[in-house]
Amino acid sequence: MAEASQKIPVTVLTGYLGAGKTTLLNRILSENHGKKYAVIVNEFGEIGIDNDLIIGADEEVFEMNNGCVCCTVRGDLVRIMDGLMKRKGKFDAIIVETTGLADPAPVAQTFFVDEDVQKNARLDAVVTVADAKWLSDRLKDAPEAKNQIAFADVIVLNKTDLVSKPELAEVEARIRGINPYAKLHRTERCQVGLTDVLERGAFDLDRILEIEPDFLEAGDDHDHDHDHHHHDHDHQHHDHDHGHGGLKHYHDEDMQSLSLRSEKPLDPTKFMPWLQNLVATEGQKILRSKGILAFTGDDDRYVFQGVHMMLEGDHQRKWKDGEKRESRVVFIGRELPEQAIRDGFEQCITT
Amino acid sequence: MKEFDPGEALSSIVSITDRVKHLPLGAAVGSVHFLGDRAFFVGAEESVAIATLEGEITRTETHFGAILCAASDGKRLVTGGDDGKLLAIDARGEISTVATDAKRRWIDNVALHSDGTVAWSAGKTAFVRNPKGEEKTFEVPSTVGGLAFAPKGLRLAIAHYNGVTLWFPNMAANPEFLEWAGSHLAVSFSPDNKFLVTAMHEAAMHGWRLADNRHMRMSGYPGRVRSMSWSVGGKGLATSGADTVIVWPFTSKDGPMGKEPAMLAPMPARVAVVACHPKNDIMAVGYADGTVLMVRLEDGAEILVRRNTGAAVSALGWNAKGTLLAFGTEDGDAGILEM
Repeated sequence: MAEASQKIPVTVLTGYLGAGKTTLLNRILSENHGKKYAVIVNEFGEIGIDNDLIIGADEEVFEMNNGCVCCTVRGDLVRIMDGLMKRKGKFDAIIVETTGLADPAPVAQTFFVDEDVQKNARLDAVVTVADAKWLSDRLKDAPEAKNQIAFADVIVLNKTDLVSKPELAEVEARIRGINPYAKLHRTERCQVGLTDVLERGAFDLDRILEIEPDFLEAGDDHDHDHDHHHHDHDHQHHDHDHGHGGLKHYHDEDMQSLSLRSEKPLDPTKFMPWLQNLVATEGQKILRSKGILAFTGDDDRYVFQGVHMMLEGDHQRKWKDGEKRESRVVFIGRELPEQAIRDGFEQCITT
Repeated sequence: MKEFDPGEALSSIVSITDRVKHLPLGAAVGSVHFLGDRAFFVGAEESVAIATLEGEITRTETHFGAILCAASDGKRLVTGGDDGKLLAIDARGEISTVATDAKRRWIDNVALHSDGTVAWSAGKTAFVRNPKGEEKTFEVPSTVGGLAFAPKGLRLAIAHYNGVTLWFPNMAANPEFLEWAGSHLAVSFSPDNKFLVTAMHEAAMHGWRLADNRHMRMSGYPGRVRSMSWSVGGKGLATSGADTVIVWPFTSKDGPMGKEPAMLAPMPARVAVVACHPKNDIMAVGYADGTVLMVRLEDGAEILVRRNTGAAVSALGWNAKGTLLAFGTEDGDAGILEM
């Protein structure tokens, strides 16, 4: 993976209108971190910092001519990346800001599909800035906002000072109902550690270590407010709520995650065709996918990840002695055919 | 690929590598153009290096930033940069500013007409300025991918998403739109003005017969076509993108429709740049492994100009008489060869 580390990391910064993307961008650009960023913004002038590496972009999405309707890429990004590569060595990383209404998928797919972009740059993570006060409303009326939460590797839940603790718990539960796997940071005025949003390696196959919901991890950045999860336990009112280990738990009607697990090894001759067929047929619904797999007769861990219909996977490393050889697969998507996916996965288990 | 032994594979072909005047430029080369007998190497950033056959190199500071595009008519070289400037360099190396974008947008494309008119683009806007200094603009629906003047009349092809717009800047008539789904980048008219071709974002070329706008699909490339060049008289279109040069035949009235392209000069590396000789049926070919060959179009006979060392060849250019060939690479090496 020496090659991957030489590629320029690209962070995709999304978030609904007014959530605080520009605040975060200005912080990244003004803070003294010794790194230089090239920034691709959708609107000039909002950035208050003088930097000759701020490039204005029109979000020009086009469909690839490969018969796959969801294979959309950002053509402007291809062109800008091409131009930026002429100035290689003048910056350390790239940040792509999307408009508030943008779907992050075409940006991400550009890094999977385009040969030249892929040669020079690697997608680092999709960071979504969300407004603690208004996100719950937006999740109800703006499909774009939901997409951005579902797609995220990192969620910066901003403006937490404008909401009460129960309100905060409510919005977090709504986020977790859609995407339990993203790293969530609570902030005021986007005061998040920059190491928490940059250089995450979220698309790096080598860094897929475990797939666990973020809120189950201990010793994380947010255990300081651990208790107010529990306080709200009695106030559940939504039809789809389930009590779950003291956490408020929502099930979003149209966007959800699906986690599959097997302690028995999988048959690679069945699993791979099944997965490929699944993303080929249901790829429009599947926003993100990720997996760590234990195959029959294979001493190496196999990892994969995908965006819609695009998949990439590889053997990662040997299973360690004493490590539980367990397969985990996660899908985040819209109206996922849950039972069909569960049944299909079951049939890939070696009996 | 590592096991490949170039010495053995290339031992059978004629080598003229010792006749090349080596020019260690030390900075990536984007393109090369001859103005008179001097080769102007356009760098990726900030400067143009002017070299003589004797190996004398002079450097001229140009853009404050990356040079995104360049075109030459043999009399001057015009470059566009990410500093929003369009600059002209004459044969003496004197620089003048042609235009400055008001919003300091990137100048993505430039094209020159034989009458001295220059066209350029920033974002979705195409500009033309005639020798009298009159400027006109035209907006297309999405970012301009490429520009080309027709060989006859003042007609500008503007490539963008889902097709090409043909604009007559001096006429009130509505521009013509040639539609084909996808992102169109480089665009070029055949020298006889009968065909228009584009290199697409995907690994394919598209073309139109201008008499009836009939489509020509030219696909099958393993990689994107980044370089194309018409052979003398427009008989064929040589293209990069595969590990052989793909040459589409344009001799009949149907162009390449229903015909197989010639596949010349196969190598264990991707063809990166092609440049056809202006007078004879030969072409220069630069590969991703640094090799430069001269290839006869008729039978594919090859002459080795540069061995496979270092990075990809990124620039090739002939002088107008076809007596000098220059090449440059991504890692800053270059050379001139006198024929």
